[in-house]
Amino acid sequence: MAVQHTIPAESARASVFYDPKIRGIFFQLLLIAAVLFFGYSIISNTIVNLERQNIASGFAFLDTTAGFSIIQTLIEYSEESSYGTGLIVGFLNTLLIAFIGVILATILGFILGIARLSPNWVISRIAYVYIEIVRNIPLLLQIFFWYFAVLRAVPSPKNSVELPFDIFLNNRGFVTPRILFESGSGFAGIALLIAIAGIFFIRGWARKRQEATGEQFPVFWTAVGLIIGLPLIALAATGFPLGVDYPELKGFNFVGGMKITPEFMSLLLALSIYTASFIAEIVRAGILAVSHGQTEASHALGLRNGQTLRLVVIPQAMRVIIPPLTSQYLNLTKNSSLAVAIAYPDLVSVGGTILNQTGQAIEIIGIWMVVYLSLSLLTSAFMNWYNQRMALVER
Amino acid sequence: MKSKLVPVLLGAAFGLAAATAASAATLDDVKGKGFVQCGVSQGLPGFSNPDDKGAWTGLDVDYCRGVAAAIFGDADAVKFTPLSAKERFTALQSGEVDILSRNTTWTMGRDTSLGLNFAGVDYYDGQGFMVRKSLGVSSALELSGASICTNTGTTTELNVADYFRANKMEYEIVAFEKADEVVAAYDAGRCDVYTTDASGLYAQRLKLTNPDEHIVLPEIISKEPLGPVVRQGDDQWFNIAKWVLFAMINAEELGVTQANVADMKNSDNPEIKRLLGTEGAFGEGIGLGNDWAANAIGAVGNYGEVFDRNVGPNTPLGIARGLNALWSKGGLMYAPPVR
Ligand SMILES: N[C@@H](CCC(=O)N[C@@H](CS)C(=O)NCC(=O)O)C(=O)O
Repeated sequence: MAVQHTIPAESARASVFYDPKIRGIFFQLLLIAAVLFFGYSIISNTIVNLERQNIASGFAFLDTTAGFSIIQTLIEYSEESSYGTGLIVGFLNTLLIAFIGVILATILGFILGIARLSPNWVISRIAYVYIEIVRNIPLLLQIFFWYFAVLRAVPSPKNSVELPFDIFLNNRGFVTPRILFESGSGFAGIALLIAIAGIFFIRGWARKRQEATGEQFPVFWTAVGLIIGLPLIALAATGFPLGVDYPELKGFNFVGGMKITPEFMSLLLALSIYTASFIAEIVRAGILAVSHGQTEASHALGLRNGQTLRLVVIPQAMRVIIPPLTSQYLNLTKNSSLAVAIAYPDLVSVGGTILNQTGQAIEIIGIWMVVYLSLSLLTSAFMNWYNQRMALVER
Repeated sequence: MKSKLVPVLLGAAFGLAAATAASAATLDDVKGKGFVQCGVSQGLPGFSNPDDKGAWTGLDVDYCRGVAAAIFGDADAVKFTPLSAKERFTALQSGEVDILSRNTTWTMGRDTSLGLNFAGVDYYDGQGFMVRKSLGVSSALELSGASICTNTGTTTELNVADYFRANKMEYEIVAFEKADEVVAAYDAGRCDVYTTDASGLYAQRLKLTNPDEHIVLPEIISKEPLGPVVRQGDDQWFNIAKWVLFAMINAEELGVTQANVADMKNSDNPEIKRLLGTEGAFGEGIGLGNDWAANAIGAVGNYGEVFDRNVGPNTPLGIARGLNALWSKGGLMYAPPVR
């Protein structure tokens, strides 16, 4: 004991050296330095190597003329547009397929998940077989299956399947008339916005009234009425400023109208059918996680089966469903990059073409990573926000 | 944990920094591993195509086998990496393959900004169109409004854009990454037209359900000089790639064939002597033995033999020599002399 007191200076110095906290900080700093150095040497190495091999680098290529055509463009694009515009076209195509795919997969997944739990043996078996088959076949095969099944099943443009309202189906796609909005049709758009705002207002009002008086209000049907009715009135008032561009068979293909390509259709089918099978299992798990007592209590209160599901079970199940659902949405978005296999011009497909024409692999891959990362982070952020809203509010 | 991670990371970082001085001597690498890694297509009959036993055959393949024979005296000292049109340049740049012999068009952009060098032309080609006979089309100028299937990452998709724009015609392009999918989609009726290098059209036509129902239109809309490619910055390897090709062409001109190459070594013709290494020491100049050309020709034959065996009139492709005949016979095949 006494010995320790005699060497205070020594022990202080030693403790700085052996202090776990300081040591910790030291090693953390060392690690950060190492990581930074690692990153720096990768980057500088790459630059040196690219220069040495005489490979072009930088982002100047984004302004050069692309020179190739893209089959599906949501914005103005031609062969004379720049590579940058081409990438945006690809990005929008990715967004389009992901957005519609997520919606379809969710609807189909919920239906299947609920069907899987149906007391009706046939329905639950059908859902079961669907899920087990679809979930266990690689997505790429399913994409090819739908693509070539669709292509082989439908006739050539000359022998198109004619559907009512000038809609045609052939192996070049699904061709429909296109509605042209002429000047004045903006009022209908405004009417639609008013209808949506009105629905939110009525919903709030109906809820308050129900809480106060117990009386119910047919919100759903009112909403349907508003959404269809108001724009229709606006259109009638402005004298229907709409034109229709009818598709017409000219030479090899239909000209005019609107065309949904077989590439889009089959990719959408494959992605949503595949993802739906995973969502179905998530929904089933979520519903099973809600204790059966809730259902019984709800029945005891006199709620019917549908109401029990909609008002009692699903809201509680959502808390379990949302987190894994998010990762399914992310999967669908990322899986959409398999588009390249069937010539759907998504970001990866268009980017790959540009990569090949310009040879700027690092830049293109960088753009891909940034875009998919941001898409994923945005989806996660949105779903987290939604999850928080749905979370159990303890009272 | 921490104390282990740090040295590992540091080590990796230093290792990477050290790797900056990557070796440029492809020949040494190749000799070290004992074989040439050659990038080919994923299956284009006549050019590079695996047969039913999985052995690669074709004009592009024979060239690589010739390079292997020139280096090792063994035409089997070569491994093939199938690459899509889109992957090929990255694979070569990153060193995954030593040489790319994959019906690749020599263009200025590829030659100058991808860090690559074209070693010459082993097939003069041009882009063509194939359609169903039942369409009743006889010229590419009748194709306005057509749907066109092709490969992404090729000169093809750029040429078609130029051609249709120049002729003020509408079209819809359906561009796939893999050639097999282009064929399948065209076969399934997705497109009216299949476009690629004319040689590719003849090759891919063989894969269609009914090859006889399709015709290749007369228009050739581009120049597609196809040839082997190496990385920039390794002159010795570039020289080997060039001279194996030149040797094959010169051999045809001099009448040296796979069958007579051994006898020809006793020829009195000084040009043949220099080619086959019985006079001079030209092999040394490219870091190989003086029998380099004799080995290559002994293994795969001269250019004419390679052409005839793989794509010539007596093969399923049935392509005439045309532009690919020797310069002395009205074609474009012309190699600098060994001297
Ligand atoms: N020569 C053109 C086109 C080369 C090309 O990729 N052609 C396709 C169609 S013939 C091909 O080789 N396909 C075979 C494969 O991808 O395996 C180029 O270099 O860009």
